[in-house]
Amino acid sequence: MDDTRRSFLKIAGLSMLGFGAKPVVDAVAGAGGPKFEKDPKAFNGKRWAMVVDQQKCLKAKDGCKDCVLACNSAHNIPSFNNPKDEIKWIWQTSFEHAFPGQENPYINDYIKTSLKGLPFLVLCNHCDNPPCVRVCPVQATFRRPDGIVAMDYHRCIGCRFCMAACPYGARNLNWSDPRPFIKKENPEYPTRTRGVVEKCNFCSELLAVGKLPACVEACKEKALVFGDLEDPNSEVRELLRTRPTIQRKPQLGTRPQIYYIL
Amino acid sequence: MLEKALRGNKSYFAWIGFLLILVGMGFGFYLRQLGFGLGVTGMSRDVSWGLYIGQFTFLVGVAASAVMLVLPYYLHNYKVFGKITILGEFLAVAAVTMCLSFIVVDLGRPDRAFNVLLYPTPNSVLFWDMVVLNGYLFLNIFVGWTVLEAEAKSVPPPKWIKPFIYLSIPWAVSIHTVTAFLYAGLPGRGFWLSAIMAPRFLGSAFAAGPALLILICLFLRKYTKFDAGWEAIQSLAKIVTYAMILSVFFVLCELFTVFYSQIPEHMYHFLYLFVGLHGHTGMMPWMWASTILAAIALIVLINPKTRNSPGTLAIGCAAVFFSLWIEKGITLVITGYIPSPLETITEYHPTLTEIGIVVGVWALGFLIMSVLYKVALTVKTESA
Ligand code: SF4
Ligand code: SF4
Repeated sequence: MDDTRRSFLKIAGLSMLGFGAKPVVDAVAGAGGPKFEKDPKAFNGKRWAMVVDQQKCLKAKDGCKDCVLACNSAHNIPSFNNPKDEIKWIWQTSFEHAFPGQENPYINDYIKTSLKGLPFLVLCNHCDNPPCVRVCPVQATFRRPDGIVAMDYHRCIGCRFCMAACPYGARNLNWSDPRPFIKKENPEYPTRTRGVVEKCNFCSELLAVGKLPACVEACKEKALVFGDLEDPNSEVRELLRTRPTIQRKPQLGTRPQIYYIL
Repeated sequence: MLEKALRGNKSYFAWIGFLLILVGMGFGFYLRQLGFGLGVTGMSRDVSWGLYIGQFTFLVGVAASAVMLVLPYYLHNYKVFGKITILGEFLAVAAVTMCLSFIVVDLGRPDRAFNVLLYPTPNSVLFWDMVVLNGYLFLNIFVGWTVLEAEAKSVPPPKWIKPFIYLSIPWAVSIHTVTAFLYAGLPGRGFWLSAIMAPRFLGSAFAAGPALLILICLFLRKYTKFDAGWEAIQSLAKIVTYAMILSVFFVLCELFTVFYSQIPEHMYHFLYLFVGLHGHTGMMPWMWASTILAAIALIVLINPKTRNSPGTLAIGCAAVFFSLWIEKGITLVITGYIPSPLETITEYHPTLTEIGIVVGVWALGFLIMSVLYKVALTVKTESA
């Protein structure tokens, strides 16, 4: 809502209803936008996406997990040490699990020899057409204008419909109170309560203060490239232009926004 | 009228007392779950819905089956069902109450359940499921009670109730269709991604619900003064027979598509279900038990001789009920998660707490049903 319109409403409200109406008018006028100011350093992407370059991952030290560890500590991910309750936003898995249905003996051989059998990174794809958002009965998971599929931990009712709907296994429920299982708490990001769902948020809290996602920042080989697809000069666009990439399960129509270079 | 539930013989009160104990026990287990979180169940990151949602799905079918009495009686004026239509409606009330309870015990944050009303979301099937289930609960309580009250006063039911009765017919179909759509619209779950899901749900519902009703009628005939009438029971038996045939047929259609097309994402689930996958066979015994029970049911019910005798009819109906209870209450939900979207296998084993809660909710349903039936049958035997 622009300023002239806002002040018109205020004047109209005041003249019609007297001063008693001021709080009402404020509430109505305030609904047009946030009441806080954006950090001037914030990144303003129109369509965030990520490219995972397995070739670069090749150069990393043996058993490198820097990206995963960075995410875990940035987001207060608890470590339950059992697969049943496990919470993971970004993790490593083999090709046949990351890309089921696409494996064949020759590509498996290629991955073993040419890619040293290194695991693939998987995380929420921040789908352009996200089924998790479609099914949520309370809009606790929603798609932001910049393409990030976000969670409202304070609204989620823990029905787990989104976990059934996500074709990438990207979502987690807090099966019990996660707080005792957080190794070292990061005060910059909220901890969650039991009974709510969570997943990768593309580090929206860092983007808001002009920082890159924690995993991207942590990778010494620069194997993770993050950027704006709507910006033709961005690094992600450059990579997508020059290198062949694949996505996970593109046939499902979810339009996943994590691209992989094999 | 409710005071009629407060008078009864010793065995009635013993039964009510027994159910109350089970409800109390279930509630105790639920308090444990509330205190700790859903981690007390056997559900996991990979198998994130389990027994609760399974029972919910099965019971929606039982609830919907009331339409198999309401439709012939009110739409086709099939008088034979006059005595038992109310039993169907009250069974629906008990079943929907159980459904809603199972949803609530399944929520990670039950304290926020009302968010569904605060932020209505028409694109979510779960939102619609909540709308149709609550509507159906209301319709059945309202219709059942009004008609019964008229009967108690020996007057015909008021005319204005008719639209509600007619409305309850498509509504019954809607609850089970919407419940099927919870599953049938998810892109990454090959086991559920099938257009026949809703018809299959309806087929099994119209078999399992009336089968339970027959068992109840046979029981009441034997141990109380209430006789539903053999003709009514026989008509119900035919409904169960046809519905069971359809239900099995729909499953066979599913099997054909999956195994003839041989698309792995669809096939793996069925393999896991029937023969096991990579050595994991958790659902196999259940599925075969369900299959064998279905075969027994069909043999007993299709043969007119066995269908016509109370003893064998009871066996047939019990076989139908348990076969479908396994199919929808256990295997349908859990197998959808095995293998996972990443094609890993995590099996599911419900915990004692979880089973205790399930038993408690069932007991609550039986309690509601017993009380409502007590009222209805007292009215019926008094006015007869
Ligand atoms: S990957 Fe899963 S959780 Fe992430 S947006 Fe897509 S459907 Fe939603
Ligand atoms: S678990 Fe939470 S985020 Fe997921 S569908 Fe339910 S309410 Fe929405």
